[in-house]
Amino acid sequence: MLTVEGLCKLKGYKCALMTNIDDPITGCYTGDLLSDVMGNAAEGDVLITIQAHKNTIAVASLVGIRAVVLCNGRTSPEDMKKAAKEEGVTILETKDNQFSASWKIAGLLGLK
Amino acid sequence: MQTIPINTYNSPAVVLELIYQIKIKDAMTKDLMTVDENTTLRKIQNLMKEKMLTGIPIVNGKHLLGIISVDDIIQALDFGYIEDVASKHMTRNLIVLEDDMPISFAISYFDRFKFHRFPVLNKDKELVGMITNRDITNSLLMELNKAVANLEKKQTFNKDKKIINQVQSFTVKKHDFEEAGYASTQIKKFLKKAGFPAKIIRRAAIACYELEMNIVVHSEGGEIIAEFSPEELIITANDCGPGIKDVNLALQKGWSTADEWIRSLGFGAGMGLPNVQSVSDDFSITSSEEGTCVVSTIKLTKQLDKEV
Repeated sequence: MLTVEGLCKLKGYKCALMTNIDDPITGCYTGDLLSDVMGNAAEGDVLITIQAHKNTIAVASLVGIRAVVLCNGRTSPEDMKKAAKEEGVTILETKDNQFSASWKIAGLLGLK
Repeated sequence: MQTIPINTYNSPAVVLELIYQIKIKDAMTKDLMTVDENTTLRKIQNLMKEKMLTGIPIVNGKHLLGIISVDDIIQALDFGYIEDVASKHMTRNLIVLEDDMPISFAISYFDRFKFHRFPVLNKDKELVGMITNRDITNSLLMELNKAVANLEKKQTFNKDKKIINQVQSFTVKKHDFEEAGYASTQIKKFLKKAGFPAKIIRRAAIACYELEMNIVVHSEGGEIIAEFSPEELIITANDCGPGIKDVNLALQKGWSTADEWIRSLGFGAGMGLPNVQSVSDDFSITSSEEGTCVVSTIKLTKQLDKEV
């Protein structure tokens, strides 16, 4: 079973904010349009996106997403980290694009 | 040896109270089949068969002398003394309970001793009943049933009281992405505190968030009004225009009028209104140049299994 902590150990992924490290991650959703994420992502997912702002955390919290991976070298602003801490969502940052990140996380989830 | 599977220091108070409150006399079987000490084991065997009993007390009037159990009968058949009288073979050294003791005593006696039943005496040492594990299970189940029904009643009452006639309203400003999501977060917290199931909370939060974002992204500003009642949550989103030109198009998945800037912020997927519609039990929309009004109703009591 993949946990938030397991995700943080991924090489080349920097943990910008770590909370609830024992939460299980049961799936993954990749998308940059928040309404699409909101309508389609599932509770327990990790979200792979380039949307590095506070609203991403609001959506993650509403859906029950445990962690957000920011791609293409984007970094999380302070207010985003603050919101993430309050809502218990972990933030990771990587230089990978969404495709590579999805491929690697699929491996962690045992999907390939 | 089996021990009681609950402890007495951190079990729910309602259970502990019950095992101390219920007296052995409330749980025991009072309608007893007894025989005197001159009855033959053969006759006792027939009585056991007829009345489906596994043990019969031997008495002198109301005074308990001993017990003949199925095991004693099997022994008698095995060694050929089934025609003997009860007094010769009955178990005399008996462990007894008193009728005024709480059933916690009986529970621990069944733990400590191998017997399947205990005779129950009153203060005057008269035999007044017998108690088995089955009697304890029955009385506990019945009392637990009553206690849980009371707890449930109390809980529903509290919930109704907390939630009834609550109205919350939130002002939503044009292009204010900083504060956007505030109304849905508040509503989510409120429902969570009131103890609603996660699925209902998720639906309410999604509907509210999408409506809030629509006001932020597309309108000149507006408000979100959340009306709670015990049965439902009605979320009304009002804005000051400019209105939706073609409401039917806006309800289609993927159709959006958002510009590049809005899209770069992650909005404008064309999923907003379709998302609201799919999580709502009732949904209505009216729009003119003066403004748009969307009403989404989430039932709080029914359709708990509706998936998002």
